[in-house]
Amino acid sequence: MSDLRDLYQDVILEHCKAPRNYREIPAADHKAEGFNPLCGDRFTVYLALDGDVIRDISFQGTGCAISKASASMMTQMLKGKTREEAEKLFGRFHDLVTGHAPASEEVELGKLAVFSGVSEFPVRVKCATLAWHTLQAALEGKQEAISTE
Amino acid sequence: MTTAARKLGAERGPALAHGEFDVQRIRADFPILQKKIRGKPLVYLDNAATSQKPRAVIDALVRYYEESNSNVHRGVHYLSERATEEFEGARRTAQRFLNAASPHEIIFVRGTTEGINLVAHSYGRSHIGAGDEVLITGMEHHSNIVPWQMLCKEKGATLRAAPINDDGELIFEEFAKLLGPKTRLVGITHISNALGTVNPVRKIIELAHSRNVPVLVDGAQAVPHQSVDVQALDCDFYVFSGHKVFGPTGIGVLYGKSALLEAMPPYQGGGDMIRSVTFEKTVYNHLPYKFEAGTPDISGAIGLAAALDYITGIGLDKIAAYEHDVLEYATRAVSAIPGVRLIGTAREKAGVLSFLIGDVHPHDIGTILDQQGIAIRTGHHCSQPVMERFNIPATARASLALYNTKEEIDALVRGIGKVREVFA
Ligand SMILES: Cc1ncc(COP(=O)(O)O)c(C=O)c1O
Repeated sequence: MSDLRDLYQDVILEHCKAPRNYREIPAADHKAEGFNPLCGDRFTVYLALDGDVIRDISFQGTGCAISKASASMMTQMLKGKTREEAEKLFGRFHDLVTGHAPASEEVELGKLAVFSGVSEFPVRVKCATLAWHTLQAALEGKQEAISTE
Repeated sequence: MTTAARKLGAERGPALAHGEFDVQRIRADFPILQKKIRGKPLVYLDNAATSQKPRAVIDALVRYYEESNSNVHRGVHYLSERATEEFEGARRTAQRFLNAASPHEIIFVRGTTEGINLVAHSYGRSHIGAGDEVLITGMEHHSNIVPWQMLCKEKGATLRAAPINDDGELIFEEFAKLLGPKTRLVGITHISNALGTVNPVRKIIELAHSRNVPVLVDGAQAVPHQSVDVQALDCDFYVFSGHKVFGPTGIGVLYGKSALLEAMPPYQGGGDMIRSVTFEKTVYNHLPYKFEAGTPDISGAIGLAAALDYITGIGLDKIAAYEHDVLEYATRAVSAIPGVRLIGTAREKAGVLSFLIGDVHPHDIGTILDQQGIAIRTGHHCSQPVMERFNIPATARASLALYNTKEEIDALVRGIGKVREVFA
């Protein structure tokens, strides 16, 4: 079953089993909660900024393999990036998982490319983007839990 | 019974005369079951969400629009008379199906949700006040929670929920304790959509009535699986959705005892529900029309009647016995898989197998099964308090109907094997 393997690539399964940066940042200056009411996925994303640069980023919560691996890899990719770079990377990632041609080639997806299989599973797009939407809410300083619905 | 259903019954006669249940013959009645999904035969195990429709129902809808379409209760012309006759015939079919005392105790609504909201608005608002209590259980669907919550908030009343045990059964003693002098209404599901638990509704109704408390039964998950007799149950209200019992979406039934319905104020205002209107005063129509404002879902009611005729023709006791057998087979097969945990292990169960596989998220289970043509539901099943009770975010739920086979359960078991392989 090749298409299943396209979705559940080894890297994704590995991040699901052993998520990186899975912790609280007690001194987080930004923090937000994201919720997918459809499947009950719920994540908190923590950020510590140095000016415009993401000095530290982490997450906690429960979710499916796709949402958890996405959150884990997002935190890996974004450490040391600026807010603007983070926004751009999300844009590129969003294009990838929704199957759109990238708006700009200048942003490197890096290992986030393993999520390309998601575009074949439209109902899973929300899983892949939940952590990213939560990140956005954290950066914007939203107080209410954001929801994908 | 419609002619089509009678014919069907006659054709089926020989096979069923010996008490057999010919599932292949039943499957042939459902066009969608012949479809392939992603190149694989469809294994439809999401019947608690909605059921598939037999040819008899699809044909009834087409026939209505081709031969009888008109508005009801208003015209003098031929078609209007015919549509009215078919619509009222559908009401009598629903009456017989529930064994209600009178057709005017059958109110056509949009579904279970609207039926419960109708009772909450009409009966609830006129009978429940500050300090009163509404008693439900810990296994209700959101549609049997939220309308009461809204009512209680508006009136300064309190909503209480009787707890369930680790098997997903109502703890009867706790329920009895919560049924107090302030309780004005009990709302309880006949069969739980998330757990499959069959509640002892007869016993609950008896207890509630001994304290003069009326009972609403949410029958959404019961009517597709077993026969229901509202007079034997002695329930005050009974609601179900057409689409879960092989009928169309957009139609459902609220049964209420005459005396209660007579005394209740209307739910919505408009055409059909009035006897006379002046700007000073409106005289409401008699039952059931008092509660059916506006043009009803005529084709839906006719389609629903065809569905009820269809399963009555097969025999609900036969359906119940067959499904019980398949559910037992499924329970044994699925719980034998290493790492699988069943959620909902009540002694009395029907139709539903909720489960978890290790720490694999149900959403991932759902996607992997879907790739094999197996449709199940994953999530909280509109029963978040149940998930909270078991301290889980979601479950994977396979739910049965009369057309499911043991071979399909075998496919489910193979599918679960695939899940374990991917997440090994
Ligand atoms: C037990 C129960 N009650 C109520 C409902 C709501 O039914 P509907 O959405 O058709 O109004 C459902 C459907 O999911 C159900 O399973």
